[in-house]
Amino acid sequence: MTTEKLELLANSIRQDIIEMLIEAGSGHTAGPLGLADIFAALYGKVLIHDPKKPDWPDRDRLILSNGHVVPVRYAAMAEVGYFPKAELKSLRRFGSRLQGHPERLRLPGLESTSGPLGSGLSQAGGMAYAFRMDGRKHVRVYCVTGDGELQEGNVWEAAMFIGKNRLSNLTMIIDRNNIQIDGPTESVMPLEPLGMKFQAFGWHVIEVDGHNIEQIEAACEQAKAIFEKPTCIIAHTIAGKGVDFIEYDFRWHGYDPTGDTSDKLRDYRHALSELRTLHGKIKSEHE
Amino acid sequence: MMINKLLHLNPKLFKPTLEHVPNRKGFGDGLYNVGTANKQVVAVCADLEESTQMNTFAKAFPERFIEVGVAEQNLVTVASGLAAAGKVPFVTSYAAFSPGRNWEQIRTTICLNDQPVKIVGSHAGVSVGPDGATHQMLEDIALMRTLPNMIVVVPCDYHEARRATEALAKIKQPAYLRLAREKTAAITTERTPFAIGKAQVLWEGSDITVVACGPLVYEALVAAKQLAAHGVSVEVINSPTVKPLDHVTILRSAKKTKAVITVEEAQVNGGLGGAVAELLGEQYPVPMYRIGVRDRFGQSGTLAELWDEYELNAQHIEKHIYSLLARKPQ
Ligand SMILES: Cc1ncc(C[n+]2csc(CCOP(=O)(O)OP(=O)(O)O)c2C)c(N)n1
Ligand SMILES: [Mg+2]
Repeated sequence: MTTEKLELLANSIRQDIIEMLIEAGSGHTAGPLGLADIFAALYGKVLIHDPKKPDWPDRDRLILSNGHVVPVRYAAMAEVGYFPKAELKSLRRFGSRLQGHPERLRLPGLESTSGPLGSGLSQAGGMAYAFRMDGRKHVRVYCVTGDGELQEGNVWEAAMFIGKNRLSNLTMIIDRNNIQIDGPTESVMPLEPLGMKFQAFGWHVIEVDGHNIEQIEAACEQAKAIFEKPTCIIAHTIAGKGVDFIEYDFRWHGYDPTGDTSDKLRDYRHALSELRTLHGKIKSEHE
Repeated sequence: MMINKLLHLNPKLFKPTLEHVPNRKGFGDGLYNVGTANKQVVAVCADLEESTQMNTFAKAFPERFIEVGVAEQNLVTVASGLAAAGKVPFVTSYAAFSPGRNWEQIRTTICLNDQPVKIVGSHAGVSVGPDGATHQMLEDIALMRTLPNMIVVVPCDYHEARRATEALAKIKQPAYLRLAREKTAAITTERTPFAIGKAQVLWEGSDITVVACGPLVYEALVAAKQLAAHGVSVEVINSPTVKPLDHVTILRSAKKTKAVITVEEAQVNGGLGGAVAELLGEQYPVPMYRIGVRDRFGQSGTLAELWDEYELNAQHIEKHIYSLLARKPQ
């Protein structure tokens, strides 16, 4: 797919997300919108996969560790043909294959069940290790995580394991949107210097603009060319990207959450809760 | 009426005007009260301040509010240290993550180490709804109940959650308080007596005993009222303390009715159902049925859909009462 096509795909994914969340009446909004470009790049270009054969043994594996953003994955999967787009409307409904948090057993192509944060990277590490044991390093493992999620100790246990074992067939993508539920990550529990932390754990680190599809693709390509280390792509994203009242709101645009005053924190939280509910149309799971 | 008048239950109990309030709000108000009364009370939070209702406390006592981020193992182990240094820590997250994720840390550093940490697990049960199985904690009662030295409380409504929070703050022992997300029926009032370790007969009857805890207590009451009109006399016991279980109240009722049903929004294996079955099995075996989730996971849906699917609502309770009565030796 050309970059232009991928950008259009990202746009369709965003529309799907908003429609499905409004239909569902609850769920996370900001995270999935911020990840639309990354998921367009992954499903439209980077992943070696076949939507018609979700069980194909040689497919690349995409592990979604931050399961709450799954609407972006469902939308991307529907857009590239894993299942009919009409099914997106069943999100979070009784009997749906599209559970509020992803369940592997319900929908082919999900690879793993998640929602509880912090355990995806270890699973990705286990898969990458097994593929290497079997001489199948051409099967790549991708793991998408949140940034607040990195506060879970399990993530660093995984980072050590993957670093120690030089699992270069694994690429981690961090959604660095600087927010979590209780506020900006750097005031809740600082993560910086994030890139240096992963480097210290034996990883190759690339920082990209998470809304620049060419940069995302190039970073994934670079990761494939590095044989001695796993790669961690820190994707700088804007939560809610694509929703104009957020994008053009000073509180969101280029907002630096470090060194917050409590007023700024309140503004930020307010904007975040507005976004989460898309002006009251969607109930946040955390209400 | 078969309602127990001594308990001052909500006079609107069966009226359409009955209030519905989430019991986690009762915890939030209780936490503020204990924070006001005791300066040693601290609140520890794992990126879920508002939804676990710690915000009132956090606003009033910012210097006693500690945010650890998304880190539930750290949450309970930091709390163990705070308790060791003389604080009375209340720690919150969703039940799926605390005590779901950090069980061993609770076992060793809180129970075996005997530190009086109060673990508060919110959003328990299938009633969490659309979020689905990962977030619908059903095994927490079993997990916590098997730990020596741990108290387990499952309040039925707002006031009971508030009272339980206030009572637990005074007890120098580890405890688990289980809360639900959704608004549920306000059964008790300010004047309803409450004590840890005590069950109460809410509705008196003689044919069959229903022991319940949590928001489903209301469903049990509705079933009892409905069946009374059909000449079936049900005794409804509210047992918020699952551990230590109130043996006296439950055995007294079992000896009277000779048939016992339990009701909870959790796995019956190891839950309140497990606890009552262990008690009756050892001391007074009678025909029994455990209503709750029976060896399945939850799923996305509305509260009403899920309480129906897992056979937890008043209608299903009535059905199970009839089938147990049919098994009761005449
Ligand atoms: C183990 C665990 N603890 C807590 C939660 C509740 N939770 C869901 S999303 C979230 C915030 C995570 O922040 P981040 O990873 O930055 O995701 P974002 O809000 O940016 O999408 C939390 C605490 C969870 N899902 N799992
Ligand atoms: Mg984030």
